[in-house]
Amino acid sequence: MGYPHPIHPKETPLLSTHFGDAGARSYEGWVARGGYVALKQALGMTPEQVVDEVKASGLRGRGGAGFPTGLKWSFMPKDDGKPHFLCCNADESEPGTFKDREIIRWTPHALIEGCVIAALAIRAEVTYIYIRGEYTEPYRILQTAVDEAYAAGALGANAFGSGKRLDVIIHRGAGAYICGEETALMNSLEGRRGNPRIKPPFPAVAGLFGFPTTINNVETLAAVPHILNRGGAWYAGLMLGNPKSTGTKLISVCGHIQRPGTYEITLGLPMKELIYDACGGMLPGRTLKAVIPGGSSVPIMTPEEVDGCVTDYEGIAAAGSLLGSGGMIVMDDSTDIVYQIMRLARFYAHESCAQCTNCREGTGWTTRILERIVRGEGKAADLDLLLDLADNMTGKTICVLSDSCATPVVSGIQKFRADFEAYLSGARAPALVGV
Amino acid sequence: MAVEMLSVTIDGVPVQVARGTPMIEAAKMAGILVPHYCYHPSLPSPAVCRMCLVQVEKMPKLVPACVTPVADGQVIHVHSPEAIKARAGVLEFLLINHPLDCPICDQAGECELQDFVFQGGRANSRYTEPKRYNPVEDFGPDILYVANRCILCTRCVRFMESVAEEPVLNVSERGDRAYIGIDESQRLDHPWAGNVVDLCPVGSLISKDFLHKARAWELDGTPSVCTGCTQGCNITIDTRDDVVVRLRPRPNLEVNRHFICDTGRADYRWMNRSDRVEVPLLREGDSWRAVDWDTALDAVAAVVARTDGPVVLLTDGRASCESLGWTAKLLEGRPLTSAMQVPLGEEAPIGAIPNLALRRERAANLEGARILGLAGDWSTAIAASAEAALVVVLDVVLTDTDAAVVSRAGAVVHFATVADPRLTSTILVVPVATIVEAQGVLVNRDRRAQRVLPAKPGPGMARPGWWVAAEAWARGEAGRLAPVTADEAFRRLAPFASMAYPELGFTGREVATATAGIPS
Amino acid sequence: MSSHTTEPYLPVFVGDNLAKLEALFPKYPTRMALLLPALWIVQEARGWVSEGGIHEVADRLGLTPAYVRGVITFYTMYHTHPVGRHFIQVCTTSPCNICGAEAVAQALLEHTGCGELGATSPDGRFTVMEVECLGACGFATPLLIGDDFIEGVTAAAVPALLARYP
Repeated sequence: MGYPHPIHPKETPLLSTHFGDAGARSYEGWVARGGYVALKQALGMTPEQVVDEVKASGLRGRGGAGFPTGLKWSFMPKDDGKPHFLCCNADESEPGTFKDREIIRWTPHALIEGCVIAALAIRAEVTYIYIRGEYTEPYRILQTAVDEAYAAGALGANAFGSGKRLDVIIHRGAGAYICGEETALMNSLEGRRGNPRIKPPFPAVAGLFGFPTTINNVETLAAVPHILNRGGAWYAGLMLGNPKSTGTKLISVCGHIQRPGTYEITLGLPMKELIYDACGGMLPGRTLKAVIPGGSSVPIMTPEEVDGCVTDYEGIAAAGSLLGSGGMIVMDDSTDIVYQIMRLARFYAHESCAQCTNCREGTGWTTRILERIVRGEGKAADLDLLLDLADNMTGKTICVLSDSCATPVVSGIQKFRADFEAYLSGARAPALVGV
Repeated sequence: MAVEMLSVTIDGVPVQVARGTPMIEAAKMAGILVPHYCYHPSLPSPAVCRMCLVQVEKMPKLVPACVTPVADGQVIHVHSPEAIKARAGVLEFLLINHPLDCPICDQAGECELQDFVFQGGRANSRYTEPKRYNPVEDFGPDILYVANRCILCTRCVRFMESVAEEPVLNVSERGDRAYIGIDESQRLDHPWAGNVVDLCPVGSLISKDFLHKARAWELDGTPSVCTGCTQGCNITIDTRDDVVVRLRPRPNLEVNRHFICDTGRADYRWMNRSDRVEVPLLREGDSWRAVDWDTALDAVAAVVARTDGPVVLLTDGRASCESLGWTAKLLEGRPLTSAMQVPLGEEAPIGAIPNLALRRERAANLEGARILGLAGDWSTAIAASAEAALVVVLDVVLTDTDAAVVSRAGAVVHFATVADPRLTSTILVVPVATIVEAQGVLVNRDRRAQRVLPAKPGPGMARPGWWVAAEAWARGEAGRLAPVTADEAFRRLAPFASMAYPELGFTGREVATATAGIPS
Repeated sequence: MSSHTTEPYLPVFVGDNLAKLEALFPKYPTRMALLLPALWIVQEARGWVSEGGIHEVADRLGLTPAYVRGVITFYTMYHTHPVGRHFIQVCTTSPCNICGAEAVAQALLEHTGCGELGATSPDGRFTVMEVECLGACGFATPLLIGDDFIEGVTAAAVPALLARYP
């Protein structure tokens, strides 16, 4: 549902059915709403059967990369005699993205259940849920739910009397965007700086504490009980014409929009219907200027690009951007797009882990140029310089934070060049930078 | 199990390398340097500087050569337009916050940032924004951190963490605010900490001892071996106008990898002593007469010839095999007691590298003396001196007590770098070169024979100890021919008969034979 | 950087806090993994992590103080300096920015008396920090006051909100 708004007919509530329903938070409340049936079922299945069911569903990673979940799980070694770990990435930090927060706040047991089903599938006993430090309320709610699940025997040494050990441990982050990158998250969990690791080795070979590890996003895991309950084929049928993008996706919509909130759509819904119907469209008297559809790291879309775009992995890619995390930032004609791109660059400069030269220095330099442009001190050569720096920052570092900083700059200059030139020519008055 | 060899082509040069070799090392084998900062063969690779990105055919993105093992049949381009542009981009990024203070930077002239920017960087900077500024920090007894010059390659952090196993350095903060940090309660004073200065590819970690002492291009480097202990770490002696200003580690994977300890690093001031004996001195009653070498060598030969009784040879731990062996040869045929002075100190291992430590025995050529049969018990030799007809002191500084005992000998011949007035029985002082002023071989505790080269000339008439001994020996009997070169002097010592200098190279070779003996 | 206090350091890990830490040991295969949780315990107990706190955590987990310092400075939520009684984090990243977050931040600086970001008000009551995305972009502008997550704050609502934090 478009929490905090009522369910809109264009939505397909599945994960979001109980958003806003405080009764769903407790163990009993969750069981009363059909919870933990899927886990009991999974306890009677082989890991391969669980993996096959998820493979059949077509479920893809909801954190941003969109990698097929069942395939990811199948990379985990079998009979290697080593402990395996599941990491749940609840470090939701991508600007514009706040969907996992609602899952954790309203349906914590859906997440716990999804976690341990996935743990069974990858032959892990321990799941670490890494939750960002700023999510204080979701953390408390999730911790209570985990405690309840242990008390009810759903977790522990003998989960539901199955003889299988299933542990869930919540680990709080402490303020670092980059810890949402899967290997940085593992480093952080191990008590290190949240520096992304070089791949290979991939987590399935050597992940958390050096052991085979799978890491999945909150929304991905929360979808798993539904897939087990109703079958992979059923989930795969949730699509609007594109069999590569199946199921529902939470889209958190924010910015200049009538009803900001977290919406659940069947993948393939036209973006215009989401923005104008479900979310109520622009604020009075305003027109659409730009949409960043998948969290701040994806290319900015123009209204023309939004027009024919369908909201799924391939549809948004065809329109020149990415579905990403499903964090949609809507900007109307009141937006100073140059200023906002500067803010995004500043965000990445603030969050760069400092490992790779291109990112450490490039994000800072890009930010300082943009700040200067916004101060009214831009030079004609600045735009070409920004584009060349972006090229030097793209595809050359351990992780994609550097690329993410370059993306809005490049797409911004390409698609909103007139806005930049207005600053450069003095047609637009300088803005006061920062607070 | 045989190592599987793979064929790769790097910048058009075909090369065969073992499976698992990183591209950067494979390129070295092809004679191609892949520019890099964070990579170091003795440290784990973080692949963070992004300088070593190379293009590999059929791979979509540039890959870091330091952590990517080669695959069979790969075609790698270190100098493709794409790789060159990426490198220029990294260099430009590295310089935006760099103070460009090369004129006052000790690293200038041996700075990898200078070198690679000169090779492949932009001629000008496009950066017009303010630069980040951080103050200089005092990290330890001999180390300053100039944060503004730092390129965050983290070699220093990784050295302290993975090699010294004393992680007192860290990367602090994030993004372009990051710097190398230290805890305020801790100092960078590990006995091997000075290596971070050499590891630092730029002028960020610098030695206080070397601060503003010389420009790199004024220095002459000479391959040598540290004489601080029996480990035998390979070093380069840097001199400026024949004054030693710095010792640096010289890579030798068998002995010291890329490192030396701080004790060895600081052990050079004796090399620059100015109170040296510069001429042969002959005792005449209560006074000394300066003589030429002919006179001096005749005198040495005569003293030895007329000696009828026990002889003692006292040597310094830095004496070369050549000097030890030929001095012993000179004294052959007489009852000889010989010993090497071995000062003792604390053992200080580096940490994670097996068999690398500052050793307790602070006598570089102790094993050489053993092999030559000249490493007798020191106190026995000192005691024997009192009754000896002749004591030859081979450039060793004795304690007052030992000097008093030695002075009771019938006669003392002093092969000296510095005169010792306490040795009252001295009848002859011959000026000899120190180990850094002559060619020679030192044998380390693992029986590795390693060459040293003269880093500076000896003062005045000083000659190598072996030359003095051999020339005097030749005068002892008609038909004897003294060796002409140090190499010959070495080869003519029985234990080293099969080991000519060229075979030792500059990283040494193990001495095969275990038999002791003196010159043939 | 100098120490902030000359008073003797009183250990955090005694009694309940020690029990809390020890309860975590079996949950992780290494002691190092307890670093973030241990720092949270110290900060919850003291409001910030002092030099003494860094040393105590390092000792407990078998790490060096330098290592701990490298980690603590990576994460923005740990305070290595004392902060006001109520630590306010206000998001000003783009999604909130376009909805007026900078005005909220300005109002916070004004009405707390902090004057500038990162500074503590003269009465020791507040410290205001501008932070990047708090992950509640649909509810601009979100704040964290201590552990309280507050959504939909406007500049006009700031005085009344602050009154709830004496």
